[in-house]
Amino acid sequence: MSLLKAENVSFSYDKRIKVVKNVSLAVEEGESVAIIGHNGSGKSTLAKLFNALICPDQGKITVDGFCSDDKKSLFEIRKRVGVVFQNPDNQLVASIVEDDVAFGPENLGVKREEIGQRIDFALAAVGMEKFRYSSPTRLSGGQKQRIAIAGVLALMPKILVLDESTAMLDPKGRKEVLAVAEKLNKEHNVTVINITHYMDEVVRADKVYVVNDGEIVLSGTPNEIFKEKDLLKTCGLELPLAAIVADKLIECGVNLPQGILTEEQLAEELCALKRKI
Amino acid sequence: MRIETENLSYVYSQSSKALAVHALSGVSLTIEEGDFFGIIGHTGSGKSTFVQHLNGLIKIGKNCGGIKIGEYDLADKKCDFKSLRAKVGMVFQYPEQQLFAETVREDVAFGLRNFNKDISEQEIESRVRESIELVGLNYDRIKNKSPFELSGGQKRRVAIAGVIVTRPEILVLDEPAAGLDPVGKREFLSLLKRLHKSFVRTIILVSHDMNIVSENCTRAAIFSGGKVLSVGTPKEIFSDHEKLKSLGLDVPVTAYLEKALKTVGIDTDSDLTVDGFIDAYLNQCAEVDE
Repeated sequence: MSLLKAENVSFSYDKRIKVVKNVSLAVEEGESVAIIGHNGSGKSTLAKLFNALICPDQGKITVDGFCSDDKKSLFEIRKRVGVVFQNPDNQLVASIVEDDVAFGPENLGVKREEIGQRIDFALAAVGMEKFRYSSPTRLSGGQKQRIAIAGVLALMPKILVLDESTAMLDPKGRKEVLAVAEKLNKEHNVTVINITHYMDEVVRADKVYVVNDGEIVLSGTPNEIFKEKDLLKTCGLELPLAAIVADKLIECGVNLPQGILTEEQLAEELCALKRKI
Repeated sequence: MRIETENLSYVYSQSSKALAVHALSGVSLTIEEGDFFGIIGHTGSGKSTFVQHLNGLIKIGKNCGGIKIGEYDLADKKCDFKSLRAKVGMVFQYPEQQLFAETVREDVAFGLRNFNKDISEQEIESRVRESIELVGLNYDRIKNKSPFELSGGQKRRVAIAGVIVTRPEILVLDEPAAGLDPVGKREFLSLLKRLHKSFVRTIILVSHDMNIVSENCTRAAIFSGGKVLSVGTPKEIFSDHEKLKSLGLDVPVTAYLEKALKTVGIDTDSDLTVDGFIDAYLNQCAEVDE
C-alpha cells in the first residue's frame, strides 16, 4: 500500500476556481519526490492537502491508512506529514531553539522525557546540536530553516514536505537544507516531497510530478521529465541550466550525448570529448 | 549619477556591547553610471544593510564614512533625502507584499503623489501608464483591477511599476527573482534589461543566484563579514572558486565548465555568459581541429 495516496482530488478556495483539478498520485514509503510547476499552478495547495491543513472538495487523500474523509483522521494525518514552508521567520515560534523544536511534541502531549530525546534526535539529524540554547533570531537563513525542519522532525513524521523551503536561502544554506533532506531520506527512511522552482534540485529525486494549472501533466524520473522540453516550457518551466548549455552545444554540432542534466556530467563529457581528439 | 561610498561602517544595536553587530566595516565601493551591478554574499554578509544606505533608509552614523551619489552627500545632515529617494528607487524582497491600494492605478500612483504634491491628474495618468507599460502590462486592461486579484508575477511587476513611476536614475533590487518560476525569472530579467535601456541608468541587483549575476551584470562585488572582498567583472570575481566556496557561495555553471576544461588544455576564457562561453568553446575547438 502506498504511504500517501491522492485519488481524484479537487480543491477550490472560493468555490469558483479550482486550483487543484482531479489529481491522483501515489507516493511510496522512502521515496524522494519532487513537484514542480509555475507560480500559481497549485503546488503549495497540494502541500496543504497532503497534511490535511485543507481537505479536498472532491476525492480523497489517504496517508498511512488514514483518510481525509474522516474528520477524526485529520490529526493522525498531520502527525505523519510535516511541512516546512518558504520563509523560516514565519514558522519559528519560540525564543530558544530547543523550545521551538519542543513546541510540536508538547502540543501532541508527548511525555517530558521523550520530548528531550526527540529534541536530541531532531537537532542531531539537522546538524544543529550546538545551537540548542541559542536564539533562532541570531541564526542564518539556512540554520533557521534547519531548525524549522527539526521542529517538524520532532513530530516523527513519516513524510517531510518542503514547500519551496530553499527559495530564500544563499547557496550554502540551500545546500545545507538539501543535504539534511537527503540524509533523512537515505538514513532514516523519511519520505521526502520537495516542491521547488530549482530545476537542479529536481535532478536528485526518484520521481517528479509536473503540475500545470492544478493538473498533473507529467510524471516520471528526472531523465524522463526533462526529455519533454516543449511541454515543460508551456508549463512555465525549463531545463536545469547545465542541460540548457548542453542543448545549445549540441545544436552547434558538438558531439555530446542526450540527457545531460548536471554541470558535473557536462564538464565530464566535454573533457572526455577533448581526450578523444 | 555615480555612487561612491567611502569607508562606510554600520553597527546594529550600537548602544549595547553584548548585542552590537558590525554589519558593515569600512566599505569603499564605486558604482559607475550605466553599471548593471551585482552584489553577492552569504546571508548576513551586509548586502541588505549596504543597499539600504543608498537611498538614506539607513542614515550614516558619526565617523562611519560617507556616500556620495551624484551631487548628493548622504553624510550631510542637510542632504535632500526626499528628492534623492525619487532618484534612487528601491525594490525589496517580495515587493508584492507592499501592494495596498484598491486599484492598480492608485497603487502605482502613490509614490508619485507623495513626491510631487502639485502634480496634475493628467501627468499622473501619463506617468502611471508609462510605468505599467514599461513592466510589460496592459495599462487599460489592468488599471482598475485590484492588485490582489493579479497573479504572483503580475503583482511583482505592478510593485516595480510603483517604484519606477518617479523615473529613478538608479534602481536597487534586493533578490527580485526569488520565488519566481523559471520562465517568470527569465521574463523578469529581460524586463530589467529593458529598464536599463530606459531612464534607469544604473541597476544594482542583490542576488544569491550566481548564474543571474554572470549572465546579466557588467560588474559585481562580493560581500563577506561586512566588507567588500572583491569587485570587478563577473569574470574577475568568479575566478577564485575555492575562495567563493569557503564563503558559502557558488560559481556560475559557465565558470565551473571553464575550470574543468582548463584541466584538459582548453582555455575558453569567455565573459561567462552562456552564449559567450559557447562561442569561446567552439572557437577553441575549431583551433584544435586545424
